Amino acid sequence: MNIPLPDLKPIIPELIMSIVACALLTIEVFAKDKSKDFLGVICIGVALVVMYFVPASQGITFGGMFVSDGYSSYFKLIFLINLILTILISFRFLAREDAEFGEYYSLLMFATAGMMIMASSADLILLYLGLELMALSTYILAGIKRHDNRSIESAIKYFLLGGFSSAILLFGISLLYGLTTSTNINQIAEHLKHSEKSLTLFMAMIMILSAFAFKIAAAPFHMWAPDVYEGAPTSVTAFMSVGPKAAGFAVIGRVFLTAFESIQVDWTALLIGLAILTMAVGNVLAIVQTNIKRMLAYSSIAHAGYALLGIIAGTSEGLNSVMVYLLIYAFMNIGAFTIVILLDKGEKISDYNGLSKSHPLVAAMMLVFMFSLTGIPPTAGFIGKFNIFMSAINAGYTWLVVVAVCFSAISAYYYLRVIMNMYMKPLEREAIIYPNPANGAALLISLIMIFIIGIMPSLIIGYTFDIFM
Amino acid sequence: MQTGHDSHEAAHAPVNTIVRTLLYVPAIIALVYLGAIFSTELHYRILSWVIFLPIIGGFLIFFIPRCHEFYARAVSLVISFITFFLSLPLYTKFDKSTSAMQFTEYYEWIPSWNIKYALGVDGISVLFVLLSTLLTILCVTVSWTAITEKVKEFYGSLLLIEGSMIGVFCSLDFFLFYIFWEAMLIPMYILIGVWGGPNRVYAAIKFFLFTLVGSLLMLVGIIVLYFYTNKSFDVLQMMNTTYPYAIQLLLFWAFFAAFAVKVPMFPVHTWLPDAHTEAPTAGSVILAGILIKMGAYGFLRFSIPLFPQAAKDMAPVMIVLSVIAIIYGAVICLAQTDFKRLIAYSSVSHMGFVTLGIFALNMQGIQGGILQMINHGIVTGALFLSIGIIYERTHTRELANYGGVATAMPVYAAFFMVFTLASIGLPGTNGFIGEFLILLGGFMAWKLMGILACTGIIIGAGYMLWLYQKVFWLEVNPNAHYHEDLNEREFLTLLPLIALVLWIGFYPNTFLSFMEVSVQGLLDRVNVATTQQITQNIVEVIK
Repeated sequence: MNIPLPDLKPIIPELIMSIVACALLTIEVFAKDKSKDFLGVICIGVALVVMYFVPASQGITFGGMFVSDGYSSYFKLIFLINLILTILISFRFLAREDAEFGEYYSLLMFATAGMMIMASSADLILLYLGLELMALSTYILAGIKRHDNRSIESAIKYFLLGGFSSAILLFGISLLYGLTTSTNINQIAEHLKHSEKSLTLFMAMIMILSAFAFKIAAAPFHMWAPDVYEGAPTSVTAFMSVGPKAAGFAVIGRVFLTAFESIQVDWTALLIGLAILTMAVGNVLAIVQTNIKRMLAYSSIAHAGYALLGIIAGTSEGLNSVMVYLLIYAFMNIGAFTIVILLDKGEKISDYNGLSKSHPLVAAMMLVFMFSLTGIPPTAGFIGKFNIFMSAINAGYTWLVVVAVCFSAISAYYYLRVIMNMYMKPLEREAIIYPNPANGAALLISLIMIFIIGIMPSLIIGYTFDIFM
Repeated sequence: MQTGHDSHEAAHAPVNTIVRTLLYVPAIIALVYLGAIFSTELHYRILSWVIFLPIIGGFLIFFIPRCHEFYARAVSLVISFITFFLSLPLYTKFDKSTSAMQFTEYYEWIPSWNIKYALGVDGISVLFVLLSTLLTILCVTVSWTAITEKVKEFYGSLLLIEGSMIGVFCSLDFFLFYIFWEAMLIPMYILIGVWGGPNRVYAAIKFFLFTLVGSLLMLVGIIVLYFYTNKSFDVLQMMNTTYPYAIQLLLFWAFFAAFAVKVPMFPVHTWLPDAHTEAPTAGSVILAGILIKMGAYGFLRFSIPLFPQAAKDMAPVMIVLSVIAIIYGAVICLAQTDFKRLIAYSSVSHMGFVTLGIFALNMQGIQGGILQMINHGIVTGALFLSIGIIYERTHTRELANYGGVATAMPVYAAFFMVFTLASIGLPGTNGFIGEFLILLGGFMAWKLMGILACTGIIIGAGYMLWLYQKVFWLEVNPNAHYHEDLNEREFLTLLPLIALVLWIGFYPNTFLSFMEVSVQGLLDRVNVATTQQITQNIVEVIK
């Protein structure tokens, strides 16, 4: 039998990522250089090259399993930006944390490749493969500080719960396969259009939804997030708070708006409940945190809640607003984590007391990130929220937006608390900061993007990236 | 002026200061005159310059090295002066015969959302721009020696606030309006929280959260409005659209959430006493002088013309809330022991007059409401400036620590007397004109409420005179003894406000003529919409 070689053009970005990731593992073994920085530099270079290839790789391949369209390209862009910013903030930080292993960079690349596959998969099996590639890499990354008990604990916790959610996802996929005799999203959609709603279908949908909700850390599947975010090295936390979340949204958007199109009313109802619960849990529990990483974990849960509004809207406009939101979220969240990394002891919120006196510039940047996370103009965070709210209102969910803005107002309290500590509390202990060109560059990029998007949003909004059917 | 003259003779020590200061006055008048002529001749995009010069200047001040505090002060003074001069053509070139927007600027900003960078002023907003540019200069000068810590951040924030406040008054695009409206919260939060009094952190966060909740509800309203206006944020287009009654009603209350918090109206006023009391002098002046006017301005610019039917139907509720604020605010003033807090609560009462006038929905009421906003900005601004001046000397706000200040500081006492009387509404001062027009409008709208509102003036006279007596007369308190009287800088800071108090008091027509046509246009819109509604109802009944 002669099996033709599939068209490889659409999958070039993923191929480059995976090959380089494997190569990095080998290079690391033979390299004499004690510092692993050059691996990071290679990663950034490759990420930039891949970024160049992503828009040109449009197409369908592997018998319709792999789709590279505008939708997936946009998400891949977010993943690559996330990767580059994470590597920039990792350079000196890893040595400080005593976690400088060469595998770190290659795992970051594997995880990103996994996310890219997730965004592009039009087949549930491929989706599962991508998801596992991403998840397994991040489990290890969370535990890469292997001399630190908290890091190991967070990795184990993440692994156990993540494995559980993967199993549930597989269960859901198998139920769906039983119903429709297919794992291809389009075929499933076609089949479900002509079949009646059944309990099994709902079971399958709920199971798949729970697994994805786990990845985006939506309540009530959020329990892992604070512990894992706290225990993992901060650079990994920054990576995890954006990448897997965005990947989760990518698959939710594609699977639910395509495969489950015929039961949209039902899953919308579920998502509304999920979104409200997520915003409530994230925002309310963030108020009582004393550790800034935990606070940002809850804040990232809350942000997942806002972003869900765009999915609930169920329109292509809504989906695009989610994508824009995640892009903006990447800049402001990684920016905030960069400040945490910059400080010698930056984990407790009280460590920021009087920071504006000892390091006014650092404090001013943190101020911008906090206001952007709150969603105050003229920062990008406002544009993101505004975009989401607009699409939700256009779809007729005004009441839900009112709920969202109420929680958004609550969120101001805990973001302001950081600013309050920096600007309005007396300086207790001169903080030591570790600036270097790399994390400086990450801060600068985030800061500039926050203001550019905040003031000239037409640069990133108004483009439609549809799901390619 | 009578009192001012008396105190000249009573104390000879400050005479030198007064004479020297008065020598500056012709120079300043000449400077302003020249500035007005010069800026009138020049052709530039007035509103954009007036908004963005302070904003850019504010950012530039952050880059002045920390060791050069003097330059931070000097640069902000120069910028605020230039901004003031640049805003003068709004006075000289304003066409009082039209209710259309003037000095307009239109640019595409975010085409995919149909958002424009649209600016313009009419008779309702033009005076607020001028008031903002004037008060900012005074805020800079009054803080000259009071702020010793983080000087450049202070002046930077002050200028950022100025720019965004003016932006609020000039925006003709709802999105742009919201950007300025919210962006101002950031520097204001910092201003209260960093340079404020002992309880500043609580006050700052309370101010921020109250305003944010209201604003976010308005944001939802704005987006809903966008879809009902054929996907446009253009305010002028909205004014020509008639919305379904149910939508009008809902959006009226959504906007009420934002504007009532800012004004502040009765049930949501609690942030104001804290914020005003704890803010540094310049912050209190900005808050009382301009920031809280933005709420009332919002009612005039958006709530009433966009939802005329709802505004008309809800006017009784608004009037009742206003009257409660007038009486409640005044009564609470009587129980205050804190200098600043008393003035803060008097703001609640006075802003009650403003909203009463606005929702009387007649010519006198609205004109009086707008004029009273300007008056309140001048008088309460001046009172907070005066309190700041004495606080710098005594470092106490407790009324119990004052007494007999007139002995030590006669000139200061004279200035304060004029502002006190203006606050009470003595004929000949600006307060009288505003309150008189409002009460006239109030009586025409609802007699009982007009009568009740009058009691607010009587109680107002009570607490202001009581305050004056306690601070300036009676036994000389050791805390308040041996203080220097006003120096030249402080004298010159208060002088323009005295001039305005008397100018509006004796010849209000200068200012009323600005707003007359625009207010008429607003009322026409309300009345036309109402008749249309009635006709519609009749048509429905016939069918």
